[in-house]
Amino acid sequence: MARRENSEINAGSMADIAFLLLIFFLVTTTMDVDSGIARKLPEKTPEDQKVDVIVKEKNIFDIVVNRNNQILIENENVEITDIKRLAVAFIDNGGGIGNSVDGAPGEPCDYCQGARSPLSSDHPNKAVISLQSDRGTTYGMYISIQNEIEGAYIELRNRLGLEKYRRSYDDLLKDFKDSPSESLSEKIDFLKASYPQIISEPEPLK
Amino acid sequence: MSKFKKKKKGIPAVNTASLPDIVFMLLFFFMVSTTMRETDLLIKKPNLPMASEVKKLEMKSLVSTIYVGKSKDERIAGDKIQVNDKIIDVKDVPSFILSEQALRKEEEVKYMTTSIKADKEANVGTILDIKEQLRDINALKVSFSTTKGNDLKKNF
Repeated sequence: MARRENSEINAGSMADIAFLLLIFFLVTTTMDVDSGIARKLPEKTPEDQKVDVIVKEKNIFDIVVNRNNQILIENENVEITDIKRLAVAFIDNGGGIGNSVDGAPGEPCDYCQGARSPLSSDHPNKAVISLQSDRGTTYGMYISIQNEIEGAYIELRNRLGLEKYRRSYDDLLKDFKDSPSESLSEKIDFLKASYPQIISEPEPLK
Repeated sequence: MSKFKKKKKGIPAVNTASLPDIVFMLLFFFMVSTTMRETDLLIKKPNLPMASEVKKLEMKSLVSTIYVGKSKDERIAGDKIQVNDKIIDVKDVPSFILSEQALRKEEEVKYMTTSIKADKEANVGTILDIKEQLRDINALKVSFSTTKGNDLKKNF
């Protein structure tokens, strides 16, 4: 009888085992990356420290949306696709003098390219976007409006970034993620401070 | 003669020795990329709205998720709020967030984000109520979960 030499271990069932595991992971896997619109809620001020902030009418961009998902901007009925353009025009108007920063007196907006109309916002750091919604508005509409507002700010920041650093705001954020550095974060902070997001959401309509 | 007898007839079997390797490679890919579904939805799966200016949610371990959607039972109207494995009331949201915070290290708490996964048909009132509750307990970082896309018309 010839002795079998170097007989291999039967590895045929290994594939079966691996397949079983593979199918298990295939079934349980969810590949979705969670993404969404990030918002920072305003801090709550204690009742006794409440001060009425007086903001000029022209510095407020008034968006009202009712329960039928109809949008009213500055008392005009508009479509969702118009919001971004109107918001950009409003924020970037630069018709007056801005808020004082770090004790320095307010300056007119030297990077704005808007119409500089005296009837619209004075300065990006004074421009408030107010989103008044109804309790019955659908969430999809609300998100769309938030998205358009976000889009307006990003468009303005991108433009300023390209002008100043030849790199858009989005690209700077990407660069910062790949290789964080002091100078990059300074640039990002500058762009953010130039077009700060000031969004006010008053109590919803009942 | 025996030398000739050894010669096999027919086609030799395909060598499957490398099959486990291929399967294992796939297996590892799925093991690495997988995230286990941690909650069973008691409400209807929220149909997320679409948005184009989205940010990726970083640090998944520091995210607490709140689901908002319709009840699975067609007869029950109104928006339901689910956290973990139970349906809760709006006023119980703070206790959920606080219990989530208690599980994390103290220095991580300020990086914690609340992700709101709401159906696009949900009422804004419900969402604003949740936001108000979150403000009460100073959990200010919020992410409205959306899918990425440009067609906003589908949202309403």
